[in-house]
Amino acid sequence: MNASDRKWMLIGSIVLLVALCTVPFMVKNFRVFQMNLVLVYAIAILGLNILTGFNGQFSLGHGAFYAIGAYTAAILMDRFGVPYWATLPVAAVICFLFGLVIGFPALRLAGHYLALATFGLALAIPQLLKYKLIEEWTGGVQGIVLSKPEVPFQFALFGQKMSSDRWLFFVSLAVTVFMFWVARNLLAGRVGRALIAIRDHPIAAAAMGINLPYFKSITFGVSAGFTGVAGALGGVVVAFVAPDSFTVFLSISFLVGLVVGGLASIPGAIFGAIFIQFVPNVADELSKSAPWALYGVFLIALMYLMPTGVMGLLKKLWARRRRAPAEAETAGQP
Amino acid sequence: MEGFLHQVFAGLATGGIYASVALALVMIYHATHHLNFAQGELAMFSTFIAWALMQAGWPYWAAFFATVAASFVLGLLIQRLLLRSFEDAPVLTNVIVFIGLLVIFNSVAGWIFDYTIKPFPSPFPKDAWYVTKYFSGHEIGSVGVTLCVLALLYSFFRFTPMGLAMRGAAQNPDSARLVGIRVSWMLGIGWGLAAAIGSVAGMMVAPVVFLDPNMMSGILLYGFASALLGGIDNPWGAVIGGFIVGVLENLMGAYVIGTELKLAVALLLIVGVLTIKPSGLFGRVVVTRV
Repeated sequence: MNASDRKWMLIGSIVLLVALCTVPFMVKNFRVFQMNLVLVYAIAILGLNILTGFNGQFSLGHGAFYAIGAYTAAILMDRFGVPYWATLPVAAVICFLFGLVIGFPALRLAGHYLALATFGLALAIPQLLKYKLIEEWTGGVQGIVLSKPEVPFQFALFGQKMSSDRWLFFVSLAVTVFMFWVARNLLAGRVGRALIAIRDHPIAAAAMGINLPYFKSITFGVSAGFTGVAGALGGVVVAFVAPDSFTVFLSISFLVGLVVGGLASIPGAIFGAIFIQFVPNVADELSKSAPWALYGVFLIALMYLMPTGVMGLLKKLWARRRRAPAEAETAGQP
Repeated sequence: MEGFLHQVFAGLATGGIYASVALALVMIYHATHHLNFAQGELAMFSTFIAWALMQAGWPYWAAFFATVAASFVLGLLIQRLLLRSFEDAPVLTNVIVFIGLLVIFNSVAGWIFDYTIKPFPSPFPKDAWYVTKYFSGHEIGSVGVTLCVLALLYSFFRFTPMGLAMRGAAQNPDSARLVGIRVSWMLGIGWGLAAAIGSVAGMMVAPVVFLDPNMMSGILLYGFASALLGGIDNPWGAVIGGFIVGVLENLMGAYVIGTELKLAVALLLIVGVLTIKPSGLFGRVVVTRV
């Protein structure tokens, strides 16, 4: 990266930062709520991407970890009066442990079979959450209704007050930035290379001295932890959890987001999240089932045309833009 | 004791349905070595075709066979038009495409036929001579249909040149191609057969669970559990696995955990079989060379 690139990056990030801080005050409360969900989904998809994109282990059941995270937050807030921000690390730890428990048998399951086992988990989770013995905690079919957190201070911009949704936007933004920072640091170094090596050639990776069972199960845990944080944050943002919001279709949404954003791409998760939040809203006007038909068509079409997702496309365009002036320069020389 | 027997026989009846879904899954696995996540939705869609034909005034058996034929064509077309380009693609791509198909069939069925729950007729009368104290006409009929399908499949693979060609194409595609088998078409026919078997399963299950776009989601999971329990590459195993799963599910539901957690039984079975005995009860142990 040369100096002019760096200058543009800096300018770009400042513009982005200012935009992110002012946009919530320029739109209606409901839009802010939707933006919060985009951030939440971005974290969830990032978690799935660590597992599926980088490590090559399937999961069609990440909705289950999302549900566990959401229920952890809800139960802690509802029964124990824990403040909302303190539920996030707890959800991360609990989901990490659940991920390890699921990831351990997953060591013996490759490819399809892992997809199948996690698919089963996604199908079974609403039933498990409705189970009678834990009804006292989970509220059964009714779920748990939460209240949105109070805004800690008074503030207004463009004549719009800081509502609890706007406040949550900044909380979610901070959490998202933190999670992406963690993911980047995790994946950019030795661990990330080990994960990719396991995905591309497990036998060669083992020969290089990578401890496969250790890495694979820890990755499952970390991935579940990320999605659990997303779930907890989602529970806080929506202020309601119920078993039937965590059906198998939630897990499929995450998969759609992952594929749209781009496998094995960290920023891709954001594009994926924007897609799964806003495209169904647009398609919904056509017919009740249109969003899902569209999801399916997108899944298959992307596999045909753009297997690397939005990020892959952007990278390709960027590379072409960079190459064009360089070629022009060399062509001018004798 | 009476109640227990009732549970066992009811389990056998539902087991017959799981067995036919498992058979369809084994079919696809035989032909392509993929687990088809869209199998259940494909079967549901076929059942809606049958329903639509019957609404149009067709008699049951005419609609039944027309649907089986239509499903065969549908499966063949899906493989020829959509999946052919993914034959050599990585597993992840295939799973994603299957999930895409699942979602499309589910929502298109909802779009065309609505999400209201519809009754679906059974071809087996309630007062036929074969009705006993333990089995209703439909239960015994659907078990019989499953066994017929199994026998037909077995003879197809065992005694016809086409069946032999399909087995060859699945086991060793390269050599099969060298002796003149059109491997890619064999995969297509495998898909067609699986869709046809799936449609039979769908039409047998619909009178029990009623017809709606989400009717197969749980049954697909049981189908997978049955196929894995019996051994994913063995049609007989799949059928026996189906009956075992059906009885087990019913007994667990009645005596141990209650009906709300039935899906968790399937999940535990799948994870348990895959971890403890991945080849299933009757499957062949596959050894790969590295």
